Amino acid sequence: MSSPATTLNRRSRGTGSTTAGRRLKWWQQLLAQLLCLFIAATVLFPILWIVSMSIDPRNLARPTELNLIPPGASFDAYLAVLDKPTANPVTFTQLTLNSLKLAGGVSLFALLIGVSAAYAFSRFKFPGRQWMMIGVLAITVLPAVATIAPLFALLNSIRISAGALQIAFVVAAALAIAFGLMVIVPALRAGTAGVSTWAIGGVAIFFGLALIWGALNPPAGELFVLRNSLLGVGIAMISGALPFAIWNLKGYIDTIPKELEEAAIIDGASANQIFFQIVLPLAVPALAVTGFLGFMGGWTEFFLSWQFLTQPQDFTLAMALYNMTGQYAGSVPWSRFAAFSILISLPVAIVYLLLQRYIVGGLTLGGVKG
Amino acid sequence: MAATDSSVASVGAKKASGSSLGEAWRQLRTPLVYLLPAIILMMIVTFYPIGFQIWMSFTDYGVIKSEGKQTLNRFGPSGEAPPNYRPAQFIGFENYKDILTNDPQFVAQLGGTFDFWRQLGFNLWWTFSNVGFHVALGVLIAVLLNIEGLWGRKIYRAIYILPMVLPGIVIATVWRNMFDDQYGAVNQLIALLLPGDDPVRIRWFNQLEPPIPGIPLPLSYYAMLITNIWLGWPFMTVVATGALQSIPKEMYEAASIDGATGPQQFWRITLPLLRPAMVPAAMVGIVTTFNLFHVIYFMSGGGPLGQTEIMVTQAFKLINVNQLYGVAAAFSVLIALVLIPIFLITNKISRATESYDV
Repeated sequence: MSSPATTLNRRSRGTGSTTAGRRLKWWQQLLAQLLCLFIAATVLFPILWIVSMSIDPRNLARPTELNLIPPGASFDAYLAVLDKPTANPVTFTQLTLNSLKLAGGVSLFALLIGVSAAYAFSRFKFPGRQWMMIGVLAITVLPAVATIAPLFALLNSIRISAGALQIAFVVAAALAIAFGLMVIVPALRAGTAGVSTWAIGGVAIFFGLALIWGALNPPAGELFVLRNSLLGVGIAMISGALPFAIWNLKGYIDTIPKELEEAAIIDGASANQIFFQIVLPLAVPALAVTGFLGFMGGWTEFFLSWQFLTQPQDFTLAMALYNMTGQYAGSVPWSRFAAFSILISLPVAIVYLLLQRYIVGGLTLGGVKG
Repeated sequence: MAATDSSVASVGAKKASGSSLGEAWRQLRTPLVYLLPAIILMMIVTFYPIGFQIWMSFTDYGVIKSEGKQTLNRFGPSGEAPPNYRPAQFIGFENYKDILTNDPQFVAQLGGTFDFWRQLGFNLWWTFSNVGFHVALGVLIAVLLNIEGLWGRKIYRAIYILPMVLPGIVIATVWRNMFDDQYGAVNQLIALLLPGDDPVRIRWFNQLEPPIPGIPLPLSYYAMLITNIWLGWPFMTVVATGALQSIPKEMYEAASIDGATGPQQFWRITLPLLRPAMVPAAMVGIVTTFNLFHVIYFMSGGGPLGQTEIMVTQAFKLINVNQLYGVAAAFSVLIALVLIPIFLITNKISRATESYDV
């Protein structure tokens, strides 16, 4: 049927097709470039809009025209927002610190408790494993908003004294520091300590020290309602963050090759030795990624803090952002809103881009498995 | 019995011997130590609240306006119960009945626009229309980017990931302002593209009459659809790109030798081979979009007249605005009942909780 000539002919035609070709015809390249540029423009449009608005020096209450770089661009709006973000008596530093405490604390403790559970799910077969995993995964499907009613009611009926809080902080600090050392020490011994080791271990130890400092400076009031505190919001957040961390870490640990562990078993290593000396060091990049995803969730958490917190000194960045938009926008100039949005997004966006390769790998893990 | 076959995976399990109960315990012992912290914490902060929620859904927990009482604040400033406190009372299926039958008195209490079945319908439509666009655009753009010999591929990839990178709450608030009827960039852009100097004043979030006659969806739905398409397709592109790169080039070469055209190759090779990766990703997308609080709450706030309310924003408003905690608990149980079938189908398709040790 097919003489060599026609095959050759077909092949040359095939190289022009969109999927198998090596060199595109000029009009195909042009068409593809136009499409790609159009898509890029739609992606960049909101981002450029917000950037150009934030550097608008006229400090317009409302923008009325589209300008990429407004005349006489300046960073006044940033300074204004850094100085006094909302009408509430709370500084930008305070808002950032509160968001950091919440996001950092929740993701750190979710990791610390989640990693051992993830190891158990990944490496052991035991009765009830399937059911426990379904229990964990089902929680990650339920929206966090759907558990706000019982969490509010339960935390609202708990009052804590400053003394009890100090004890809790010290225990948490000990856990965090121990976790940090657990991550750093074996890696140092084996000489495999990388950036993520230092990041995770450093954050854990730093957070532990911050907790000790918090324990040494207890709140002024005698008793406080747990719901109306960052600690209460943190507890409510970990209710959803822990199952997510377990699930995500399990996905990563599944991909760690088992050969090393098999060799260690032959050498007579116990399960504990394998976990602390082999799996944990290898899982550190996964800890970094999962920790970051948890952090990103906590960094902009809105509805729990909005519902739970009433004292301005506890407010978070997301709450302040909501104050600047919608029905609360009132007199806030949009240049400040824009500057504030960028200040919130920039840190997480940069870290996301740095970790992009690992994050994307994790997001697609579940898909590739099926 | 079966477990002993994989003695390598079960590090703690030694030789199989003795009764099956003892065997089960031997298998459970080591993993239980690792699971214990998570089990204890989840029992306290996750499963106990869920159980409490189910109890709450059968009570009048919250602010009871008709009696001037509340069940929430057991502690006043002095630590004593305030005078308007009373414990919650068991009221049976009253909350569920109010929600599911759109009881007129109950609807009036929420401001008169509540309609459970319309909300559920809108929520499902919202989910599937969004995810449809995400998957279609995601795959097409991934294929576009995968063209061999395309200039600037790396730059485009870097730009296209930006919507994934930004916090959802910021995206929602920025797009809310972009769709502002007086000062928003979208109206200004439309004015720029249209001939004439008239300012465009499309009232994206307030216009009641549906823009497309015959389809009862308000303009704010389309505004949020645009936002969420912008937000959602990059994830699908990332997943599809990963899958595309694992398709061997020889398949296309063989197909073009056999005379398959570009479109034929797309339908017969690319799409079928993308399916295993895209189906679970679409499932993740369905669950995420079904629960997409930020976009709805920060953009339309459910308006106009509650027409774009989805279940999670309604659940939040029941607490935040109406302070009806018992009703909100019942509502959340209903959300779970809608999500459980979706979850089970997802789990079935992606086989996520099955043993990896196959």
